[in-house]
Amino acid sequence: MRTDLYQGHDYYLLDELLTEEHKLIRDTARAWVKKEVSPIIEQAAEDGKFPKHLIPGLGEIGGFGPYIPEEYGGAGLDQISYGLIMQELERCDSGLRSTSSVQSSLVMYPIWKYGTEEQRKKFLPKLATGEFIGCFGLTEPDHGSNPGGMITNFKDMGDHYLLNGAKMWISNAPFADLAVVWAKDESGRIHGIIVERGMEGFSTPTMTGKWSLRASDTGELIFDNVKVPKENLLTGRSGLGAPLSCLDSARYGIAWGAIGSALDCYDVALRYAKERKQFDRPIAGFQLQQKKLAEMITEITKAQLLTHRLGQLRNEGRATSAQISMAKRNNVDMAINIAREARQILGGMGIINEYPIMRHMMNLESVITYEGTHDIHLLITGMDITGENAFK
Amino acid sequence: MKILVCISKAPDTTSRIAFTDGDTKFDENGVQFIVNPYDEWYALVRGLELKETLGGSVTTVTVGGADNDPVIRKALAIGADNAVRIDADPADSFDVASQIVSYAKDQGFDLVLTGKETINYNSGVTGALIAEMLDMPYVALATKLDVDGGTATITREVPGGTEVVEVATPVVLSAAKGMAEQRIPNMRGIMAARTKPLEVVAGVPSTGQTSIVSYALPPAKGDVKLVDAENVAELVRLLHEEAKVI
Repeated sequence: MRTDLYQGHDYYLLDELLTEEHKLIRDTARAWVKKEVSPIIEQAAEDGKFPKHLIPGLGEIGGFGPYIPEEYGGAGLDQISYGLIMQELERCDSGLRSTSSVQSSLVMYPIWKYGTEEQRKKFLPKLATGEFIGCFGLTEPDHGSNPGGMITNFKDMGDHYLLNGAKMWISNAPFADLAVVWAKDESGRIHGIIVERGMEGFSTPTMTGKWSLRASDTGELIFDNVKVPKENLLTGRSGLGAPLSCLDSARYGIAWGAIGSALDCYDVALRYAKERKQFDRPIAGFQLQQKKLAEMITEITKAQLLTHRLGQLRNEGRATSAQISMAKRNNVDMAINIAREARQILGGMGIINEYPIMRHMMNLESVITYEGTHDIHLLITGMDITGENAFK
Repeated sequence: MKILVCISKAPDTTSRIAFTDGDTKFDENGVQFIVNPYDEWYALVRGLELKETLGGSVTTVTVGGADNDPVIRKALAIGADNAVRIDADPADSFDVASQIVSYAKDQGFDLVLTGKETINYNSGVTGALIAEMLDMPYVALATKLDVDGGTATITREVPGGTEVVEVATPVVLSAAKGMAEQRIPNMRGIMAARTKPLEVVAGVPSTGQTSIVSYALPPAKGDVKLVDAENVAELVRLLHEEAKVI
C-alpha cells in the first residue's frame, strides 16, 4: 500500500463545533491509525486475519468503550468523541472499526448498563484495555432481521443455567474471551448472559470465505449444554429492547464510521484526479469527474451534519432509535456509493490494493447489511412516521 | 532532573499558506496548528524518556496567546507534567528567547530542550539565544542525548558525520531528527491533561530586534523537464542557467 496521505475534509467548518479535546482525540486516533494500521491493513485483509497485535494500542487510544465511566476503566468521554474514534478507525478499515464497536457498544455497553456491579468490576476494566476481548451473540442462522424469533435458550438448573443454541455472523468470536449472548428463558423472555471461553460445551468456529471485512475475524458461537454460573446473567434489563439498545449504540458508531470510509475514498479519488493526466490535463478538470467529486463532498457534508446533530442528541439522551436508524442507513449507503464512484475515478488502479477503495467497497457490503439491513432501517423510519408496522 | 521543553505551535504541513496585512503577517484564518514537530517528536519525547529513567519533571514553556492552549494540552497529553504559557506576542526569536528566559532564569532547570527549528519560521536560533541569556552551554542539532549525574553526553550532526560531546549540566540543546520516536498520546494522557496545570504568566516588554517587511510565496513548481540521456551538455546547461544549482 502507498503511504497514507489522508487528510480530513471539513467543507462546512464543522470542526468549529468540536471542542479542542474532541480534535485531540480524533487526531490521536488518526495518528495511531497512520502509524500502526495503514502500513499493514492491506496484508491483513489479504490474509483474512484480524491483526491482534493492534489490540493494546486500540485500548490506549480509547477504541474500547471510551464513554464508559472512568471508575470502570473507560475514559468517560461523550458520544461525539466515541463517534470521532469510530470515524477514524473506519477511515482505515471497517473491520478494524467493527472490532472496536463490538467491544464498546455490544459488550461493554450492556455490561455497564444492565450488568451487576460485580460484573462491571470484573469485566469492564479488562475490556477497556483489550486484555479481554468480547463478542455479542444475537443473530442466529435462521434469525437475522427477526431476532425475536431466536431459539437459543437457557434453563434454570437451580445452581446454574444450562445454555443451548447457536449464533452466527459474530465479529470477534474466534478469539473472544467472553460473549454477551442473548437467549430465551423458559418463559420465552430474552435475557443477556455472559459466556466465558473455556466453559464446557462452548465453541467458536471461524467463518471463512468472506469477501468483506477480511481484516476482522467472524465466527459462530455454539452452545452445547453450557453450564453458565447464575452470576453471569445480566439482571438489569430483559426483553428484546435490551439487545436493541446495544444496537442503537453500535449503529450510532457505524453512522460515524461510514463517514470515515467515505472520506478516505473521496480523499484518494480527489488526489488521484488532480494527479492523473489524460488528454494532456488532469482528469479533475473534466466535468464528469468533477460531478463525481462534487457530489461526494456534498453527500459527505450532509452526512457529517446529520451525524454531528445525532451526537448532540445522544449526549443529551434524546436520540431515538429511529433517528439512529436513519443515520446508519443514510451514511452507509452514502459511503458505498462514494466507494463505487471513487473506484471509477481511479480507473483500473481502483481495483488494485495499492489503493484502499476496493477494500472499503467490499467492507461496506457487510456494513450495509449488519446491525440492521438497509431495508429494515427504512422500515423503522416508515413505522416511526406512519405508526404502521410493515415488518410482519 | 528538572527539564524545560520549549514548545511552539506551527501550521499543519497541509495548510494553505497565505499572508495578510500587506503581506507582512501570516494569515492564520482556517489554518490547523500542530505542535512544532521538532519540539514534539524529539525535544519533548526525549525529555519525557529522561524523566522516566532518571526521575524529575518535565515542564513545557510556550510564548504566545491563548490560541496556543490546544497545542500545549497536547504536550501535556503526551506526558509533560505542567505547562507555562508566557502571555506575549513575540516579534522575533530574540523576543521569544527573552520571554522564556524571564520565566526560566530562577527555576533551576538542569536541561532546556528546544526543537532544532520551527517548521514555519525556521530561524533555528532560539535555543542559542536562551543559552546565552541564561549563561549556559549550548549544543545544537543534537540527535542523541544521555545524562549521567551532572554530565550530558550528546551526539550532534556536523557536516559529513557526527560529533559526540560531553557537557556539564545545566545545558541548553536543540533536538534534531533521530533524538526520539514520535509518541502518540493515549486516552489516559488526554484525560490527565485536562487537570494538569497550565500556568499563564505575564510577558516582559518586547525585546524584538527585527520586523517583517514582507512575505512572499516561493514560485510555483514548474513541470518536469525531460532531457535525453545522451544530451549531458543540455542537462548541465539547465542545471547551471535555470535551476542555478551548479
